[in-house]
Amino acid sequence: MKKSYLADWTFGKIALASTLLVIVILAMLFFVLYRESSPSIHTFGIWNFITSTVWNPPMEKFGGAPAIFGTIVSTVIAILIAVPVAIGIAIFLTEISPHFLRTPVGVAVELLAAIPSIIYGMWGLFYFAPFMRDKVQPIIHATFGKIPVVGEWFAGYTPGIGLLTASVVLSIMILPFTAAIARDSFNMVPNILKESAYALGATKWDVMKDVVIPYAKLGVIGGIILSLGRALGETMAVTFVMGNQPVIPHSLLEPATSITVTLANEFTEADTDLYLSSLFYLALILFVMSFLVIAIGKFVFLKKVER
Amino acid sequence: MDAFTRRKIVNNIILVLSTVAALFGIMWLFWILGTLLYKGFSMLSLEIFMGDPPSPGEETGGLKHAIVGQTLIVLTATVIGIPLGILAGTYIAEYGKNSRLANIVRDLSDIMMSVPSIVIGTFIYAILVKPVGHFMGIAGSLSLAIMMIPIILRTTDDMLRLVPPELREAGYALGATKFKVIKDIVYRAAITGILTGVILSVARIGGETAPLLFTSFNNNFFTFDMTQPMASLTVTMYDYAMSPYEYWQKLAWAAAIILTAGVLGANILGRVMAYWKFRK
Repeated sequence: MKKSYLADWTFGKIALASTLLVIVILAMLFFVLYRESSPSIHTFGIWNFITSTVWNPPMEKFGGAPAIFGTIVSTVIAILIAVPVAIGIAIFLTEISPHFLRTPVGVAVELLAAIPSIIYGMWGLFYFAPFMRDKVQPIIHATFGKIPVVGEWFAGYTPGIGLLTASVVLSIMILPFTAAIARDSFNMVPNILKESAYALGATKWDVMKDVVIPYAKLGVIGGIILSLGRALGETMAVTFVMGNQPVIPHSLLEPATSITVTLANEFTEADTDLYLSSLFYLALILFVMSFLVIAIGKFVFLKKVER
Repeated sequence: MDAFTRRKIVNNIILVLSTVAALFGIMWLFWILGTLLYKGFSMLSLEIFMGDPPSPGEETGGLKHAIVGQTLIVLTATVIGIPLGILAGTYIAEYGKNSRLANIVRDLSDIMMSVPSIVIGTFIYAILVKPVGHFMGIAGSLSLAIMMIPIILRTTDDMLRLVPPELREAGYALGATKFKVIKDIVYRAAITGILTGVILSVARIGGETAPLLFTSFNNNFFTFDMTQPMASLTVTMYDYAMSPYEYWQKLAWAAAIILTAGVLGANILGRVMAYWKFRK
């Protein structure tokens, strides 16, 4: 009798300890990153580090602006490309596609979301970068490049490695994930609502625009924010094709860098304490950025969906 | 043009646009998949699985060291992550229920699931690799385990809460302790679901590269020693793809297809199990 109570008590305590571990790990993550980056925080300050564009390891001058710029710009471009396509795929899967195609195409999209991101990166390096150089760059020069002011963002000749290439590879990588979330949100719309609209003579687009999208809006926005979080922290899909140049490029076609690219390329080579500390500082900034994005996506939008 | 015709035209334009978007998106994905299959399959041979790593410039050699390393790192991560994830999930489903602690942990683990994997790599570097002074396989396992815990925690929580309370009450009525009820009734009822979560979490972390870059690093030799730097398929792919040697780049594609087969295999297995459990 006594033994079984002891086992009962022990099990409860071990389970509690494992639960607390989750809190401890997250707290430690923040604390350790802060502690490791504090030499750099003290040397360069916060505002100064975020706005300084000088990243010069031999001179021990470190500014995070190029990496932060690259992270934000590549994420925004990737989202701008991926979201319309993903919603198109979701509309296709829920409303247009014949029934026998829905499951196989849907499963294919979900499986593509499971492919390791390094494979997207390798494909980008060996196939997409040359494609950008030979086929897309001339088209971009001939179209966007001709527009005044904006044209400068699309100038220059490069071997295909650069900010735009990385953004496109990133958008392809988050596409299946975003499409799957959008489709799931669309599928949550009760059939009876759609059927009532059809009974009133609505076309498929009317139903999408006035019934499905308003109903699924919060879920889709939450999903987009989660994709944003994913794109922010993605390393391997962009490392191969970003170029790792610690500058803010004049043109989207030029090589650039991002927080994850800088970390992946320079972390094991950092030879001074201040260098390593500045890299930890970048990791801390990335952690805080993704923490905020995810918290907003989860708690502002998806929480409302659950209710 | 009357309103009816206009609506029909707008409808058709939108439907065509979505179909084009779908085809456009799917085209890229098939391009990538096609490349992977074409480049990967042409390289597969016994040499790839059994051969030692190649020297620069040589045209022979395989990935035995990376395959074994990858397996060891992922297995160790699983051994660390499964018990912690299941225990924590059990606590919040069976003990915490809707208490404040349980809800906080649910939210925090959702956030932990989305922490950039490279940040977890830098964290383990700071607490383990830097104090010890060199890279090691076990550090890679630890960072993968940190990624696994929240996934297993959440699925365990969801699966246990699906078990009907009447089953537990029947156990208590017979005089069983809480531990006995959980072990002999709740776990048995939910085992398929928990296992599905475990398999999907392995599929999720199996293809991660970024957390291994600064933890298990890479090793050009075959080793079982987890306290030393250890090769993995993913980091090997990264290094070989960036190398100037053509044969190494080919090996990277071979590693890519082996890795994808493993990750997708685990993913499909998990999905089939979930389908079997919930097909009713």
